[in-house]
Amino acid sequence: MSFDVEQAVGSLQNEFPQNIVNIKEYRNETTILIDKESINKICNYLKHNLDFTFLADLTAVDYLEVKSPRYEVVYHIHRFGPDCEENVRIRLKAELTDSEPTIDSVVSIWSGADWLEREVYDMFGIKFIGHPDLRRILMPEDYEPFPLRKDFDVRNREASKKSFEKALEDGTD
Amino acid sequence: MGVNADPLVGGEGFLTTTIEAFANWGRKNSLWPMPFGTACCAIEMMGVFASRYDLSRFGAEVARFSPRQADLMIVSGTITYKMASVCRRIYDQMPEPKWVIAMGSCTCGGGPFDSYAVVQGIDEFLPVDVYVGGCPPRPEALIDAVMKIQKKIEMKGAPIV
Ligand code: SF4
Repeated sequence: MSFDVEQAVGSLQNEFPQNIVNIKEYRNETTILIDKESINKICNYLKHNLDFTFLADLTAVDYLEVKSPRYEVVYHIHRFGPDCEENVRIRLKAELTDSEPTIDSVVSIWSGADWLEREVYDMFGIKFIGHPDLRRILMPEDYEPFPLRKDFDVRNREASKKSFEKALEDGTD
Repeated sequence: MGVNADPLVGGEGFLTTTIEAFANWGRKNSLWPMPFGTACCAIEMMGVFASRYDLSRFGAEVARFSPRQADLMIVSGTITYKMASVCRRIYDQMPEPKWVIAMGSCTCGGGPFDSYAVVQGIDEFLPVDVYVGGCPPRPEALIDAVMKIQKKIEMKGAPIV
C-alpha cells in the first residue's frame, strides 16, 4: 500500500508523543501543531525517515489581539510519491510568544529555507537560531520596523523614506 | 520648426536657421529612451518599442540601457523606496538635456499600492515632464507622451550644452 497522510501522522505520533500539541484536519489538509523546541527534531525525522524532501513554503502569521501566543510559524512540507496521485503534503505549525519570537532554523535540513526564513525575519522580526545569514531580504538593510506585524501601520512610509534618503547620500544601493 | 521653410532663400541651396532650432529639431526626432521598467507597465512599453506600435516612426526606438547614451527616461512600473535611489542615480548619470516620462498610475501617484514600501509618485524625487495615467496605459498613450515631449523640445527648446 502506498504512503499517505495517516501514515505520516501516525508515525509522528508514535515517535514524538510529547511534542505534538494538536492535530487538525480541514478540507483534506492536515495541520500539526508542535512545540517550538522540537522543530528541528521533527523536521529531521520527516526528511530522513519519512522522505519529505521538499519544503514547499515557510511563513508566519501574527495573531495580535486574536490569540496568545502571538505568532505562528508555518511549514508546508511535501513528499513526492511514485506518481503525482501519491504526493503527500502536511503542514507544521509552531507557536511563538511576543516576548521571545525565536525558533530554530531548518536551513540545515532543507537549504531552501534560507531565503524563506530571511523573509519571515524581514516581515515579522522572528529570529531563526542557527540561520547562516539572517539579514533582511526585501526591505533596505537599515530599515527598522517589521512591516507585516499587525501593530505596524501599513501606510507608514517614514522608515522607508529615511532609508531612501540615506541611500541617496551614501550613493549605495 | 524654426527651420526656414524656403530652402532657396540665400540662393543656391542654402538653408538659414539658428543653431538652436536646428539642434532641437535633431533632438526631437532622435530621442533615445532609457527604459526604466520595474513592473507590469514595462510590458506595455515593450509593446510600444516592438513592431506593432513601432516607436521608431517617431525616431525614438533606440532604447539605451546605458544612461550615458540616453536623453529620455521612461519610468514604467511601481517604484519602491528601495528602487527610488537607484532610479535617481540613473537619472543623474544621463547627460543634459534630458526628459522624464512617468508612465502608469504607479509612477504618477503610487497606483493601487498605498503601502509602506511604494513611492507615491516619482515626482517626489524626479522632475517629470509628462505624466501618463492608466493601469497600464495603452501604447497609444505612451506614443502620445513621446509626441508631447517632442512638442516640448520644439516649443521650449533646450540649452545647447
Ligand atoms: S500602473 Fe498598473 S500596470 Fe502600471 S506598473 Fe502600476 S500596477 Fe502595473
